[in-house]
Amino acid sequence: MKKTLIALLLSLGSLSAQAALDPAQVRQLAAEDSSEKVAAIRQLTQTADPDAVRVLKAMSEDSLFLAGDKVVIIDGDKAFDGATGEAIKMPANPESPTVNNRIRGELASALAALKLFDADATVRLASAQKLQSQVTPEMAPLLARALEKETDAQIKALLVLAHAQANLANTDPAARLAAVQALAETSSPTIKSVLLPLTDKAGEPDDKVRYEAIAAVKAIDSRLAIAENVGRAFSGLSLGSILLLGALGLAITYGVMGIINMAHGELLMVGAYATYGMQTLFRAYFPNAIDWYLPAAIPVAFFAAAAVGVLMERTVIRWLYGRTLETLLATWGISLVLIQSARVLFGAQNVEVSNPSWMSGGIEVMPNLILPWNRIIIVGFAMFVLFLVWVLMNKTRLGMFVRAVTQNRPMAGCVGVPTSRIDTMAFALGAGIAGLGGVALSQISNVGPDMGQGYIVDSFMVVVVGGVGQLAGAVWAALGLGIFSKLLEGWAGAVIAKISILVCIIIFIQKRPQGIFALKGRFVE
Amino acid sequence: MRKPLTIRILSALDKKSWLALGVFLALALVVVPVLHLNFPEDSAFHVSTYAITLIGKIMCYALVAVAMDLIWGYGGILSLGHGLFFALGGYAFGMYLMRQIGRDGSYGADLPDFMVFLDWKELPWFWVGSDSFGWVAFLVMAVPAVVAFVFGYFAFRSRIKGVYFSIITQALTYAAMLLFFRNETGFGGNNGFTDFKRVLGYSITSSETRLVLFGLTAVMLAVTLVFSAWLVKSKFGRVLTAIRDAESRVMFIGYNPLWYKLTIWVISAVLCGIAGALYVPQVGIINPSEMSPGNSIEIAIWVAVGGRGTLIGPIIGAFVVNLAKSWFTVSFPEYWLFFLGLLFIVVTLMLPQGLVGLWKKLMDKKGAAAC
Repeated sequence: MKKTLIALLLSLGSLSAQAALDPAQVRQLAAEDSSEKVAAIRQLTQTADPDAVRVLKAMSEDSLFLAGDKVVIIDGDKAFDGATGEAIKMPANPESPTVNNRIRGELASALAALKLFDADATVRLASAQKLQSQVTPEMAPLLARALEKETDAQIKALLVLAHAQANLANTDPAARLAAVQALAETSSPTIKSVLLPLTDKAGEPDDKVRYEAIAAVKAIDSRLAIAENVGRAFSGLSLGSILLLGALGLAITYGVMGIINMAHGELLMVGAYATYGMQTLFRAYFPNAIDWYLPAAIPVAFFAAAAVGVLMERTVIRWLYGRTLETLLATWGISLVLIQSARVLFGAQNVEVSNPSWMSGGIEVMPNLILPWNRIIIVGFAMFVLFLVWVLMNKTRLGMFVRAVTQNRPMAGCVGVPTSRIDTMAFALGAGIAGLGGVALSQISNVGPDMGQGYIVDSFMVVVVGGVGQLAGAVWAALGLGIFSKLLEGWAGAVIAKISILVCIIIFIQKRPQGIFALKGRFVE
Repeated sequence: MRKPLTIRILSALDKKSWLALGVFLALALVVVPVLHLNFPEDSAFHVSTYAITLIGKIMCYALVAVAMDLIWGYGGILSLGHGLFFALGGYAFGMYLMRQIGRDGSYGADLPDFMVFLDWKELPWFWVGSDSFGWVAFLVMAVPAVVAFVFGYFAFRSRIKGVYFSIITQALTYAAMLLFFRNETGFGGNNGFTDFKRVLGYSITSSETRLVLFGLTAVMLAVTLVFSAWLVKSKFGRVLTAIRDAESRVMFIGYNPLWYKLTIWVISAVLCGIAGALYVPQVGIINPSEMSPGNSIEIAIWVAVGGRGTLIGPIIGAFVVNLAKSWFTVSFPEYWLFFLGLLFIVVTLMLPQGLVGLWKKLMDKKGAAAC
């Protein structure tokens, strides 16, 4: 017991003895020549000493002075010895050493590197993350020392990478080989670009290391490609969810009721502006609960869009049942009126709708694959709405009436289904779902008077491909079109992707004119 | 025994219509030029350059409206992509106009300005021959015809009808618009073609050139009208109307609707292409926004306002809507979309036969009252 205590005390003593800096080195900080200063800064950094941090910090803050042949730190009316840190008498006429931009840059990176030895783990983590992109070969010993001391697993992993990067320029081929092997495990584009020079004969004389580097770059490339494709598939999935929200409403109004609603995109816009309205309201009256504006906007957007839908149905569409081409023109007219109304009410510019804090950020699956929370939530939301619609259409009385009217209007009327009220309700439901789509859309794209126009063609494509009057068809078509078009966009560009999708749809309709899930029997004609 | 062609053409219109057509041509070819050239600008009888450009433009639209009426009013096929054929004709003729600029562009190069800007060294293959008027005049009709034929063949063969067809044509023009917005496509991207200088060597801004283009448009409109009147009265037109009203029955009798629909579809597209080619030199610009789905739907409303299934209706509709548009966009720009939107709604709800139908109804009432 006693022994250990003594040993501890001794080690502490040795630590504190080690802590004092070499006065000659510190003196060099105030040398005439810039290169000497740089050398001194680098040597001090290597010591990884808290005192070094103190001196370098003082230098970067212009409180380091030269008094005689001693370097002192002057803080207000107190003076400290540069090497030992002891308080000393205020020197008579201290001289300030020149600190030019080169020195400043050197100081900044030295201080950043020294943060690796900070007592606070979060500071160390931040420093290690920052270092990944700016490792220089000189840092290798420093990183090795930091690696020895580090206990946190996450920081350690980062340091291993940084150390390997620094070692790539090591003169010893074995050390380079080890470094390349360590880096081959990663999947980040920056590491790949660090390794690339080593795949060339000019950059790497040793054959073994070069082959290893080539293999490593290949391994990283394949992982990057996987991540990229997964990312694309995911953004396709989220595009598909948006299309689905747009198309679900259409599947009801067109599929079930036989109405071409060209103003459907504008109902999305109504939903998005309702979200904007709720955000404004929360900002003004409940600034503390601002994150809750989005859940509150969901019912508001639904009922706002549904109210517009009821109005449309009662005033215009009611008179046009059975004249599909005419509904197309009339609803186009309605869409123009809605767009212009939005311009008059909210201005022609886009309005700003910000994500609530719980939707920002994302899950980092790989360094180049981040799944943003807002898209994940939208996918989930689309699934939720889909489930609601399914329940509504298949498990409720209203849904049963809607299906009955679709299948045989006169007979449904004969058994007492109020057909005209069901029409209004179904149209309002379709419009309300479009409003929900608008809520989702407001979180990932601009909210403006013209926003609905871009989605109307896509939504109709979904309905055409999916088949009329089929929820399942709309789901598969929306997800399929979304993922397919994002994957195509990846290697052909957005425009070519759009055009080839359209060509595919036209060819597809040749084969299956009634969509994927065709109604059979008498409904076909 | 078949009557000679001249007789058949003459019998396409009745006496009153021939007279109206003659008056129209006399106005366009004699009265307007005389008023424009011989009266000073402050005179009450002077027809301004603005008016000539506006009327010339609307006559091009009227031509498109007649083409649209052939396919919609008589064929029962609502196309929401006719803006595409109009723009294709316009672009084809625009290529010629761009080549006519020669070295007078802002870069003083042989290539059109936008190609210099993109650092292209030579003309793309589809620009070959675009300096020859004859070849371009052929393209103006051939390109819309080929596009319409290929698209129409596949669409009609699989019996895509009604709204399905409308939506697909809308997607078609939308996709084409995206394509033409790209710089790499080779048609000037966003800005399209503009800054024209000459046509057939004559300055494009001179009064004489304008009047000739104006007159040509009027003649083309008149010829189209006579041709359409003859077409819809011919056996072909009757079968077409029968297909519109009961396609299945026509098939059961033994006709194949595919070729009837395809023929009228291609004719309609070619007429649109010609209208586009006449439009571009008069307006002085063509860009991808001509292909936007909104423009194509507007064509449908001209026809609906005038009255589909009649030949004079679309022309009246094109004039009424576009005169209203140019008045609104100057006096009340923010109300134009309200007006247009309400026009769509009111016409479909209250005037299924358009203005012509309304006129006929009023006349009938008058006749009934007189009896």
